Amino acid sequence: MSLTYEDVIAKYEPVLGLEVHVELNTNSKMFCGCSTVFGGEPNTQTCPVCLGMPGALPVVNEKAIESSILIGLALNCSITPFSRFSRKNYFYPDMPKNFQISQYDEPICVNGYLDVEIDTDDGVKKFRVEIERVHMEEDTGKSLHVGGATGRIHGADYSLLDYNRAGIPLVEIVTKIVPGTGRYAPEVAKAYVAQLRDILRSLGVSDVRMEQGSLRCDANVSLRLIGAEKLGTRSETKNVNSLRSVERAVRGEMIRHAELLNKGERVVQETRHFQEDTGLTRSGRSKEQAEDYRYFPEPDLVPVAPDAAWIEKLRASLPEHPSVRRNRLQEQWGVPDKEMAAMLNADALEIVEATVLLGADPTRARGWWLGEISRIANEKNVAIADLAISPKDVAEIVALVATGDLTDKLARQVVEGVINAEGSPQEVINSRGLKVVSDETALMAAIERAIAAQPETAEKIRNGHIPAAGALIGAVMKETKGQADAARVRELLLGHLGQPTN
Amino acid sequence: MITKSAYEMSAAMAAGETSSVALTQAHLDRISAVDQHVHAFLHVDTEGALAQAKAVDDARARGEKVGPLAGVPLALKDVMVQQGIPTTCGSKILEGWRPPYDATVVTKLKNAGVVILGKTNMDEFAMGSSTENSAYGPTHNPWDLTRIPGGSGGGSSASLAAFEAPLAIGTDTGGSIRQPAAVTGTVGVKPTYGGVSRYGLIAFSSSLDQAGPCARTVLDTALLHEVIAGHDGKDATSINAPVPQVVKAARDGNVKGMKIGFVKELNGDGYQPGVRSRFEESLELLAKAGAEIVEVSCPNFEYALAAYYLIAPSECSSNLARFDAMRYGIRVGDSDGASAESVMNLTRQVGFGREVKRRIILGTYALSSGYYDAYYGSAQKVRTLIMQDFTKAFTSADVLVSPTCPTTAFKIGEKANDPLAMYLNDIATIPVNMAGIGGMSLPCGLAPEDNLPVGFQIMAPAMQDQRMYTVGAALEAALLDQWGAPLLSRIPALAGTQ
Amino acid sequence: MSSLSRSDVANLARLARIDMSDEELDHLATEMDVILGAVARVQEVATPEIAPTSHPIPIHNVTRPDVVVASLSPQAALSGAPAQEDARFRVPQILGEEA
Ligand SMILES: [Mg+2]
Ligand SMILES: [Zn+2]
Repeated sequence: MSLTYEDVIAKYEPVLGLEVHVELNTNSKMFCGCSTVFGGEPNTQTCPVCLGMPGALPVVNEKAIESSILIGLALNCSITPFSRFSRKNYFYPDMPKNFQISQYDEPICVNGYLDVEIDTDDGVKKFRVEIERVHMEEDTGKSLHVGGATGRIHGADYSLLDYNRAGIPLVEIVTKIVPGTGRYAPEVAKAYVAQLRDILRSLGVSDVRMEQGSLRCDANVSLRLIGAEKLGTRSETKNVNSLRSVERAVRGEMIRHAELLNKGERVVQETRHFQEDTGLTRSGRSKEQAEDYRYFPEPDLVPVAPDAAWIEKLRASLPEHPSVRRNRLQEQWGVPDKEMAAMLNADALEIVEATVLLGADPTRARGWWLGEISRIANEKNVAIADLAISPKDVAEIVALVATGDLTDKLARQVVEGVINAEGSPQEVINSRGLKVVSDETALMAAIERAIAAQPETAEKIRNGHIPAAGALIGAVMKETKGQADAARVRELLLGHLGQPTN
Repeated sequence: MITKSAYEMSAAMAAGETSSVALTQAHLDRISAVDQHVHAFLHVDTEGALAQAKAVDDARARGEKVGPLAGVPLALKDVMVQQGIPTTCGSKILEGWRPPYDATVVTKLKNAGVVILGKTNMDEFAMGSSTENSAYGPTHNPWDLTRIPGGSGGGSSASLAAFEAPLAIGTDTGGSIRQPAAVTGTVGVKPTYGGVSRYGLIAFSSSLDQAGPCARTVLDTALLHEVIAGHDGKDATSINAPVPQVVKAARDGNVKGMKIGFVKELNGDGYQPGVRSRFEESLELLAKAGAEIVEVSCPNFEYALAAYYLIAPSECSSNLARFDAMRYGIRVGDSDGASAESVMNLTRQVGFGREVKRRIILGTYALSSGYYDAYYGSAQKVRTLIMQDFTKAFTSADVLVSPTCPTTAFKIGEKANDPLAMYLNDIATIPVNMAGIGGMSLPCGLAPEDNLPVGFQIMAPAMQDQRMYTVGAALEAALLDQWGAPLLSRIPALAGTQ
Repeated sequence: MSSLSRSDVANLARLARIDMSDEELDHLATEMDVILGAVARVQEVATPEIAPTSHPIPIHNVTRPDVVVASLSPQAALSGAPAQEDARFRVPQILGEEA
């Protein structure tokens, strides 16, 4: 228990392997016409096919194939000229046919890669994650465990099954083993999933919501002594439902493995479940006897053999690659490397771009999202995207500041109001009475009162000691409850005391 | 009327000589009278059949144009799902299940106005050659009630021979339409794989299963073939091409100039003498009708049976996994604290019969890691070889022919404890399924030694199903000439009737 | 030639989820030996250069458009269920890997 991360990486080299399951956002299921809409009443999106009824047959969703090819192309894969579905046979009540239609030895895409960058103390480092395969399969139904103390599967008296999710199209993206990441393994894993998610989002093939399970990551981790050839035994951690968890799970498993190895114990090859609360993994009851999936070609489906014309048509429809787009935006917006990294780390690129596209100045848009809004998100422990403030709101606020209708200080209050669901920026301004005091007579009166209250300070200014102006400006702002434009107050004050105003 | 052909019944209805309701009632009466002896039916849908018959009569009365088989009764093999009608596939595990949907074949039958009388008995999940493997008791051969009616579609073929229905639907995975047709003296066709939709056909072996028409004449079989065939978007293996013109071929029946190849390997040792002699006489009749008879060799056919008994069990071990007591069918052992797994285990122990378990275990083994290549993989290679044999043979012949099975109907119980002997029944029918081509069996006489029907098999290249009908119609006509009356007119009266 | 022991058959029965008595296992092990002996003949001709055939009719790229069609009503979907509750299929407790 006393091992630190530094101890681990001093002695061991981590080897990663990542399997990501992506739910495609097709309208209908993988092999039948049932709707895929999330959250329907139980068993309202089922038919003989996805219930595995006797006699029912699957037919592949064309869009699912095209989405899979798009994913393969975006990940620099080869699209195989001949691919097939297979049956993966094992019994489980949430799987209606007791086999999963998946792809086995003939997947649709193979041999790609994704380059990921991570920000380190030694600058930006680049890693190439090689992709072994991209294949199609179907999801299972959902079970609700009833009875027992925990509501979990163990101790439940019985289970209730809803097959609305059974047959939802899934794409599984499997990396080759990723050696050579060293101390950065957890960050590389996280960056890989983040970038994969950005690509999938840009392709428009999935909702990529990790918390809703439309993007799920299984992290395989093993350790070997530095310099050793042979790979160590790996564990496979499931249930990793956020980017942060990917990083925590890999780091946690590295430490757990190292502790076992240092004690001379064996790492068990098994499935482990990530615990969001503790950041640790828990063993998933390894089965007494290994499963034998008895894969064989699915006889109810025919091969998928995309011809060159089909593939090229899809290639032509590929959107700008996220990394290309990133570089383009960085250049267009003139963002320094460090801040670009910060923006990516905060997962804010998308939202900042949306704000800029609505007319906001890039620097200011970035400032709001990474500054005040990120601060509030941190406080609330949510993602900025989940706050009740939109790119449109921020663009509006930036515009109001630019026209002088809001001061920065007032704008912060508007942001707070919008996030508190008080309405649009304009509604918050109205309801909170946030107005810049622009009546110069009123401002002059306030300035004179401030001078009268602090005659010595005024005298210093008259004598050319400009920095002293701050105290008087502060007093005016205080009197106007922050609703005055501080820059204008300064101008008026300095002019009144016979000093240059810029 | 019930001994007439479907074509004649249809003509009689069109002429107003009878109605579909009367015809349907006559068949229901016949079923009431004889099915206690034959046991061709597992379920008779009296109400549904009469309602469908009345709908056809009403349509005709309104002057609507109806299809050629509208109002003609039909027996449906219980392997096909029919909405709301008990569908068991001959298995206890599905006892009481009423499907919430129709098979595509059923939809087509309903659309054509065909009257579905009920569901016919079969070997459990279509695994067998005698209908003895039905969980609901065997079907008896109307020619001799102590004998088997063939299988798996023994119920469908027996219903035809017993005049309980003029038309029936069968399915053929290794001979389950043709072998019952042969031993009951009726006609049965396994169309080209993909010619008839499998949607709603409870799968035994997906890459081999094919539904097809059964009747008492070649023309009736063709008429039914055209009703049920055609592309179906719900079946990915369905052929997207026009249906072969089988009715036209059955009406033509002209074999002049056709080359008919008899398969050397599907005759000889192991074939009953009477089967061989009737087969050879039929060849002569075809030659007389103007066909050229040639000999072809298919050396890999001798491995077909072995390959079949690996491929079919492998696919069935997976297809039948869905019968797990969770969503439909019976559930056994769901007592307090029982796990889902133990309920599955117990339900499948009780719900499946011996032959089904035997094949599931065999298939599980053939697919398991370490054995896949030696068994399933090798069997798929044999399949390639058999297809090559056919391709080569079809370069020298338009159709291939053989006896449908090596023997006539054997006694119920005779081979029940010898799976390998039972499997040998399908030795001549299996190559057709392995290659996905079409096959027909039609009666070619009675074996002199036992006075039981002999089947003549015709095989045609994929998507050339019409060739079987041409040859079948020619042979049927030549035999009728010789006999003066259909073979079935010689069937003994059923015990306890007439 | 392979020979199956009772425990081999028991393992297959476990994979296939069929409860079997010792007697059944013994009987089946004997039968399997006979059947396997017969079907193993495929190995005589299945040489490496022969491509396996899994679909008798060589067609490919059969798909359906991504269009939603009506599902069954939940009543119809559940009509054959051995047990149900709250529009869901009720099944005995599931033991196994914790999710
Ligand atoms: Mg998978
Ligand atoms: Zn569905």
